Amino acid sequence: MTGSFSSHVEITLRVNGEPVTARVEARRHLIDFLRLDLGLTGSHAGCEHGVCGACTLRVDGEIVRGCLTLAAQLDGSEVWTIEGLSDSGAIRDLQDAFVARNALQCGFCTPGMLAACAELLDHNADPSRDDIREHISGNYCRCTGYEAIVDAVAAVAAARRGLARAAE
Amino acid sequence: MTVNLHLSELDRPNSYIGKTVPRPNAPRLVEGRGVYVDDVVLPRMVHVAFFRSPHAHARIGEIATAAALAVPGVIRVFTGRDIADICSPWVAVLAHLKGLKSAPQHALAVERATWVGEPVVAVVAATRAAAEDGVAVLEVQFEPLPVVADMETALDPDTPLIHPELGDNLVFQRLHEKGEPDAAMAGAAKVVEAVFHTGRHTGVCLEPRSILANYSRPENQLTVHHSTQAPHMMQTIFAKHLDLPEGNVRVICGDVGGSYGVKVHVYPDEMAVAAIAKAMARPVKFVADRLESFASDIHARDHRIKGRMGVDAQGRIVAMEIDDLTGIGPYSVYPRTSAIEGNQVVNLCGGPYDFQNYRAQTTVVLQNKTPTCQYRAVGHPIATAVTEGLVDLAADAIGLDPAEFRRRNIVRDDAYPYTSAANMRFEGLSHQASLEKLLTMMDYDALRAEQVRLRERGIHRGIGLASFIELTNPSPFMYGIGGARISAQDGCTVRMDPDGSVVALSGVTEQGQGTDTILAQVVAEGVGVPIERVRVITGDTQVTPYGGGTWASRGAGIGGEAALQAGLALRENILVVAAAMLQAEAGALDVVAGEIVDKATGQPRMPLAELGRIVYFRGDTLPKGLPRELVATRHFITSDYPFAFTNGVQASYVEVDVETGFVRLLKHWCVEDCGRIINPQLVDEQVRGGIVQGIGGALYEHCLYSEDGQLMTANMADYLVPMAAEMPDMVIGHVETPTRESLLGAKGAGEAGTAGAPAAIMNAINDALKPFKARVTAMPFTPERILAALGTIPERRL
Ligand code: FES
Ligand code: FES
Repeated sequence: MTGSFSSHVEITLRVNGEPVTARVEARRHLIDFLRLDLGLTGSHAGCEHGVCGACTLRVDGEIVRGCLTLAAQLDGSEVWTIEGLSDSGAIRDLQDAFVARNALQCGFCTPGMLAACAELLDHNADPSRDDIREHISGNYCRCTGYEAIVDAVAAVAAARRGLARAAE
Repeated sequence: MTVNLHLSELDRPNSYIGKTVPRPNAPRLVEGRGVYVDDVVLPRMVHVAFFRSPHAHARIGEIATAAALAVPGVIRVFTGRDIADICSPWVAVLAHLKGLKSAPQHALAVERATWVGEPVVAVVAATRAAAEDGVAVLEVQFEPLPVVADMETALDPDTPLIHPELGDNLVFQRLHEKGEPDAAMAGAAKVVEAVFHTGRHTGVCLEPRSILANYSRPENQLTVHHSTQAPHMMQTIFAKHLDLPEGNVRVICGDVGGSYGVKVHVYPDEMAVAAIAKAMARPVKFVADRLESFASDIHARDHRIKGRMGVDAQGRIVAMEIDDLTGIGPYSVYPRTSAIEGNQVVNLCGGPYDFQNYRAQTTVVLQNKTPTCQYRAVGHPIATAVTEGLVDLAADAIGLDPAEFRRRNIVRDDAYPYTSAANMRFEGLSHQASLEKLLTMMDYDALRAEQVRLRERGIHRGIGLASFIELTNPSPFMYGIGGARISAQDGCTVRMDPDGSVVALSGVTEQGQGTDTILAQVVAEGVGVPIERVRVITGDTQVTPYGGGTWASRGAGIGGEAALQAGLALRENILVVAAAMLQAEAGALDVVAGEIVDKATGQPRMPLAELGRIVYFRGDTLPKGLPRELVATRHFITSDYPFAFTNGVQASYVEVDVETGFVRLLKHWCVEDCGRIINPQLVDEQVRGGIVQGIGGALYEHCLYSEDGQLMTANMADYLVPMAAEMPDMVIGHVETPTRESLLGAKGAGEAGTAGAPAAIMNAINDALKPFKARVTAMPFTPERILAALGTIPERRL
């Protein structure tokens, strides 16, 4: 806490497609920034150690651990949270599948889980059950036992492939 | 009789009972619109961080607060003595657990700290970050005291006493005897014995414990937003210890990010937060971080059990004997106490089997470790592991296949009512039907054949079975008779609004398991409206009927029955008004899908919205004195049996790598009988989630302590939890034996998965290891322990 370093940083970024300019404490991580400064409480922290995956969200097209990302690093970045992904409809099918398959119970892991699953489906149109399990193995869920999540993702992948075939 | 009439209605094809409907809550949660305690922000809110004891046992000396108070943003510092002036201490005992004793516990430690992580000083600041900065510069003097870490020596005469005023480190002891266990053992053809350990582990709710307390001085009112399972219990406790009238305390419980028993207890740090709110008359928030969760959430299942089982020459169990020892930390946890788990082990061991010679003892001792208390499936996974471990040994000793041995010994499906060797009374269980269904589902014989084939190729697979009983729908026999103000009864108020929509207010709570959904199904069924027209409100003590909340799998069985009866009562009330409006007999009308219909023909007569319009806005057109109560409240409590037992059986198929000691879970099966199933999908997912929690205890999770009482696994990198990649797919099946205590017939399903999974996995591993004459009985079954059992590496005491 020496005074010679600036303890605050000014950043300008886009969050859920909207421009945001803020002066943030240098030590503030992305989840705190979203929750405390922007009121985006859909992002959750479960460990703040980079282990549980509850804080998973999308920054510049890739998923990151929000608890290991400092807001101060994000000048010029593009951040998408569960609120924005819901409003844009980008993961609507995945969300519907989670509801239909009861792939969530308490819902605390769900925003991060959805971000992780969405990324898998972006990169792999036909993931095996093992692929799905492997891809979400950094996202802890205490409630579901994971199987319903695997089922939901597999169902969405199959549906998207069906749509893609129909479009050909 | 109306009861019979409606019972048959529950079975009609388009009933909501027994149907998978999506949870009305889920669309909100998948959009990140849940409202957990940490999402609630109030004006003038301040934050608390705690200084926690770094010592397992130490006398607290001087506390220097000046540096903390100088940190920008820090507002106030509270020591144990400060809080003791506002919040009275508690002693967690229950009168029906004879001899149970504990010492007074304060919200913040006053003279001595007794475990690593016990809250000692509270720092209040404008932000959580500033509060943590304050904690970091606090100076607290400690004089370390001798540490009691090992439960095996806790009662030795030269072991120091944790609370000298108690006279010893013994919290509780119970010996239960039935029949003639000694004579039966002496006459047995074979007697097998083993020592089992279940590793101390903890709940790891993804949402940590969270509380936001606000006190309004002008109203003398405390309002607490709390991530809890039991809002009414907490209302009573806040009132009692903060010296407020109970009616002036309101506990609001919104979305809860998992609880599993962790959030049904009184935590000293949370009591301190409420006390600080009262002292400062402003909103005070505390959300535990992960490190403090590991050190301060209740732990559970720290047991060592010696077990023996005697069988006759035909392979019939003739006697069972167990000696359980458990270390619970320095205090019995308030108000449920920390003696229940050991007591449950005594009550549940041997539960599925037909024998009457039983001796069981539990000994509950103090240690300088995090307090333990009830966690999902309290005692069940321990009792099931001991019983099923012994059953497999006995089957082997007598030369019977494990499935056949169980067939010969489980209580027959036509033997009910039945009283077990532990004096548990069972109304109706289905061990035989469940076992046969399981064996068919898994194709037991084919799996055995595959196991043999693969053995020849050096692949070592194992099949493990575990029958279990599960205690649900508790009556006041669990806590109430012991003097705890914990409601076993629950209630539901159902009301119809002018547009024909229905609101149900219930005293049970939603923690993600889907209680709101099953309540909506039951109320929709009871009143006769589409489920979309039903809103369920839980978790607000000022709004809902007084109730017990969520524990011991009582939501569906108790809360559901109250909701059903309230719904049926509202339907009757509606029909009284409808009869007057339509000049018909109430008995000739019915409510179906939101309309008044002719009962005989199903012909629609009037939508409920029309009835609502008349009652609420044109009451003048109804006959004077006509009852027009579009609200009904009903309560339910079980009375014929102290608990509604359920049963089930699980199977695990594993592969053990004998080179590395790693266990691969190939598949898992469970057949369970929770009585009438209200929502099949929700039951299946409760079972799956429970199984994986059981797998955690069996293979990964362990709160490891050093000899001086330091918790060595206090973060999620060191404390392993089940993750998706290692988990198996799980096949779930059901047998339905509804309880006759209620119209609904539902029993609980929340513990079944956790109760049986560790035993099934243990038996599967030992089945795989059989050719090597190796056996593991200490959970978690880590690669290290498996290699030690194989003799590959030396044994190490953990
Ligand atoms: S909060 Fe970021 S990984 Fe757990
Ligand atoms: S749904 Fe509760 S942690 Fe995943």
